[in-house]
Amino acid sequence: MMSISPVVAVEKIGAPVLGFTERWGASVIFLYHAICAIFRPPFRFYLFLVQMLQIGTHSTLVVALIGLFTGAVMAVQGEYTLSKFGATAFTGSAVALSLIRELGPVLTALMVVGRAGSAITAEIGIMRITEQIDALRSMAVDPIKYLMAPRILAGIVAMPLLCCIFIVVGIFGGYVVGVGLLGLSAGTFVSQMVTAVDTFDVVSGVVKAVVFGFIFGWVSCYKGFTCGYGAMGVNRATTGSVVTSSVAVLVVDYFLTSILTRVFLQ
Amino acid sequence: MISVEGVHKSFGRQIVLDGVSLQVQPHEILAVVGPSGVGKSVLLKLIMGILQPDRGCITIKGESICEACSEGRRNKIRACCGVLFQSAALFDSLTVFDNIAFPLREEKHLPRDEVNQRVLDMLEALSLKKYAFRYPEQLSMGIRKRVGMARALVREPEIFLFDEPNTGLDPMDGQEVYELINDCRKKWKFAGLVISHEIPEVFQVSDRVAMLWNGKVVEEGPPAQLIKSTNPIVQQFLKGKTDGPIRIQ
Ligand SMILES: Nc1ncnc2c1ncn2[C@@H]1O[C@H](COP(=O)(O)OP(=O)(O)O)[C@@H](O)[C@H]1O
Ligand SMILES: [Mg+2]
Repeated sequence: MMSISPVVAVEKIGAPVLGFTERWGASVIFLYHAICAIFRPPFRFYLFLVQMLQIGTHSTLVVALIGLFTGAVMAVQGEYTLSKFGATAFTGSAVALSLIRELGPVLTALMVVGRAGSAITAEIGIMRITEQIDALRSMAVDPIKYLMAPRILAGIVAMPLLCCIFIVVGIFGGYVVGVGLLGLSAGTFVSQMVTAVDTFDVVSGVVKAVVFGFIFGWVSCYKGFTCGYGAMGVNRATTGSVVTSSVAVLVVDYFLTSILTRVFLQ
Repeated sequence: MISVEGVHKSFGRQIVLDGVSLQVQPHEILAVVGPSGVGKSVLLKLIMGILQPDRGCITIKGESICEACSEGRRNKIRACCGVLFQSAALFDSLTVFDNIAFPLREEKHLPRDEVNQRVLDMLEALSLKKYAFRYPEQLSMGIRKRVGMARALVREPEIFLFDEPNTGLDPMDGQEVYELINDCRKKWKFAGLVISHEIPEVFQVSDRVAMLWNGKVVEEGPPAQLIKSTNPIVQQFLKGKTDGPIRIQ
């Protein structure tokens, strides 16, 4: 059997650990600078609006479309499941609760990550490899303030707004399918929904959307900013950005749900 | 104006600069030549404080850019430097006009009328008027470099750094860029550093030449001295031979 010297073994374990720590450290330092930049004047309202347009407005249609069909599917599934307990009257509340608490924030976030996150990473990555970011610095303009801060802020603001659109359109989709196609009573659908949903559900949905918007902005900008050489570098950065954001959204979702439920139920 | 002393820089295991020292006097243009990948662009980024050297010291007009601990201090030093990047590095979401106006708006925060006036003057001076409202992707590389120069010149730099000003240009456009540099130099009287691998063309804009190889300056002096040098590395590079001390890996 081949023996491995302890030094080599420690090196083998140590190198990835060090690399991991270093990357995490760098991304947190990046985030710290970005947050400072958001609160440091001068405030560039125009740059923020441009990003709201790119991230928010341009995603509205696709988010609404997904919301509509998610709501519709939830109505069909909810009606089927609840019919086993003879409780189809609760379809409205089932649709609304699942959309508001879970599906709205998560699906909106995944959609925005796929659409706008990859675009942000590719855009900033190309600016990096074509030396545009170096050019900014050579002209004494802070690229984090000029490029990253408006994008991260726009992510934080746009995500909950898109999420609300998703939920409203989703409930509409659920209503159309539930009441129009499955023959549920319109009055019961709405009244059950209104009694079942309380402020906490809405607040937790919005809090999730804000956190997801923050993760989305942070990851997309950081991946673009640290993009490697050439077309391959942009390729890796973009893929990495979408994968990291999506996984992070789902992981954080679990913890956030647990924490929020604990906090509000006490 | 610029003084680089004993600068070392490596990326991971790869040593790029290994003790480089250079001086640029006021109103002088120094050409830094050397084969691709020796770290000429890295040297330029070190001078601009975009990268940090591992060891050594770089001062611009007597102020050390490496020891300037905050970005704010570095920005003060950078304010007198203009850069023309290798691929011009124009902002592709902005028109030519806005690209040139960018440093005046974002760095110097000048009032709108003055910005417009100065940009128009600059467009006129570099005969770029008809391109004012085009986007960088609609321009040829030669025009892009011209715009890149305009964007740097509008800041009225005392020091101008050129990274391979004629890479990606045909010989005619390349010659035009050199003539442009000479014209601008007469008008704006900057000192500078020209990075290039094009010899002897680059000699027409430079007062002195330094050759970089293997992380070190192997020869430095006026162009005539470089041409007469007995150093085999310099001779091989000048003649563009493939056999000699410079190996193509
Ligand atoms: N940010 C960086 N990270 C890692 N390696 C780099 C970086 N910038 C440059 N290098 C390496 O430094 C060497 C010199 O690059 P460069 O200065 O661009 O060469 P050139 O003399 O052609 O301008 C190259 O081998 C390149 O791989
Ligand atoms: Mg280069």
